[in-house]
Amino acid sequence: MGVISRGFTGRGRRDVQLPPGQYLTEDFPVLSAGPTPRVDLDQWEFVITTETGQRRRWNWSELRALPAETVTVDIHCVTKWSKFGTTWEGVSLDTLLADVDTAADFALAQSYGGYTTNLPLEDLIDGRSWVAYRYDGDELEPEHGGPARLLVPHLYFWKSAKWVRGIQLRLDDQMGFWESLGYHNYGDPWREQRYWGD
Amino acid sequence: MARAAVLGRLTWRVATVADASRESPTARSLRLDVPDWPGHRAGQHVDVRLTAPDGYSTQRSYSIASAPANGRLELTVQRVDDGEVSPYLVDVAESGDQCELRGPVGGYFTWDPTDREPVLLAAGGSGIVPLMSMVRARAAAGSRAPFRLIYSTRTPETLIYGDELRQRHRDDHGLDVTVAYTRERPPESPRPPGRLDAALLAESGWPVEFGPTCYVCGPTAFVETVANHLVDAGHAPERIKTERFGPTGG
Amino acid sequence: MTDTWVDGNDLAGTLGEIFTMDVTMAQGACVSCGTVAMLGEARVYNRAPGLVARCLNCEDVVLRVVRGPGRAWLDLTGLRYLQLPMPD
Repeated sequence: MGVISRGFTGRGRRDVQLPPGQYLTEDFPVLSAGPTPRVDLDQWEFVITTETGQRRRWNWSELRALPAETVTVDIHCVTKWSKFGTTWEGVSLDTLLADVDTAADFALAQSYGGYTTNLPLEDLIDGRSWVAYRYDGDELEPEHGGPARLLVPHLYFWKSAKWVRGIQLRLDDQMGFWESLGYHNYGDPWREQRYWGD
Repeated sequence: MARAAVLGRLTWRVATVADASRESPTARSLRLDVPDWPGHRAGQHVDVRLTAPDGYSTQRSYSIASAPANGRLELTVQRVDDGEVSPYLVDVAESGDQCELRGPVGGYFTWDPTDREPVLLAAGGSGIVPLMSMVRARAAAGSRAPFRLIYSTRTPETLIYGDELRQRHRDDHGLDVTVAYTRERPPESPRPPGRLDAALLAESGWPVEFGPTCYVCGPTAFVETVANHLVDAGHAPERIKTERFGPTGG
Repeated sequence: MTDTWVDGNDLAGTLGEIFTMDVTMAQGACVSCGTVAMLGEARVYNRAPGLVARCLNCEDVVLRVVRGPGRAWLDLTGLRYLQLPMPD
């Protein structure tokens, strides 16, 4: 541990019930690995591709016409901030996967701008994930992943891919952008799975 | 010209605050003692890390304000609204307090007294800090390299190093300092408030034919605008070095 | 809306823990578009779980580094080469 600076307490509360190593924040930090993609809603699409190459595609109006849910969840970023009680509106992956025939165990989420992240298919289903397009009562801002992002709150927030454009269902696991450079393949905040080998 | 120096790998070192002085209502200079400090080049910066008693830590980068010297360095920190590290360094830290430092870093945005060509320094807000290190290094080395500094700041309250800049403008041979106030000026200022524009760069900077090396530092928007003006005026892009402090300029 | 990138200078601290010379002065060739530039000129996205340096020309990733406890991971696959300044 580093030398302690007298009188420094830092921002963010660390006393509440948080996953190990996290602190609570009231703001919503914007993190990004690249420029914010500018996506025309006329061109926007979300595509689920199965391991056999079958595709299910939704354009923006089709996505917005699907039954949506409003959920309030806590989110945990691997950079140590956590935010309680964030409210999102979007379509559950259960809805999107309802008519999709697959034997795949793995998923790779892909985003406009090139970002990717991987997770087991079972972590996307049974009410555990959404394609979210509204946050805190407003349309999701581009800097927070708008028009739509993946939301998977039970894992570290790098798995909640901003600017999501599709999910590839796979028989084999393929590591995404951060998973391929040291970040834990699964990423459970409650077991503090930040890096390889954790 | 790249100077190839084998630095050894950087590690975090303990720094102790020796003393501090206020530069403005929101900025303070801290003089830090760092055992085994290897010295630095004018324009370089350090990463400062603070750790709370429970182990929480965070770090930020700050430009070194002092001329190269061994054992001690000076940082000038501008308090950022809603900042986490700058409020501590500006309002809380006092003599004897400790933090950790990693550096010096940055070989790209540096000036060495062996450089003899004319130099244009364009500072936006806290971008003045690394450029001040260059001005001080020049004086300490007795260099006569022609320097023109244009420092853009909002008001007389946001100006830092005011007295020192006035004294150096008067006494340092070959150094010219122009302060451009963007919102509010003191009564004795010759020009009305306004942004640093192409006209001011032409008037208070160097003609293109002099082939100056240009250092531009400050918030991203300031740096982009000034660098574009310099390129439009005909300065070669490879002679323009920039250091962007990010959107808030902190 | 300005995208929040900073200069390649921002790599100097973290890469300075790995390399023994100043890597911001190293020249690299982007694997995607071939542009050759100093790492100090790259666009670095540092508000992220790691540092991501992108080509100043085509914006593809040229270098990534993650600093974890007791280890660092470095990805140079975005560069065809790095030319490092060395003493004679």
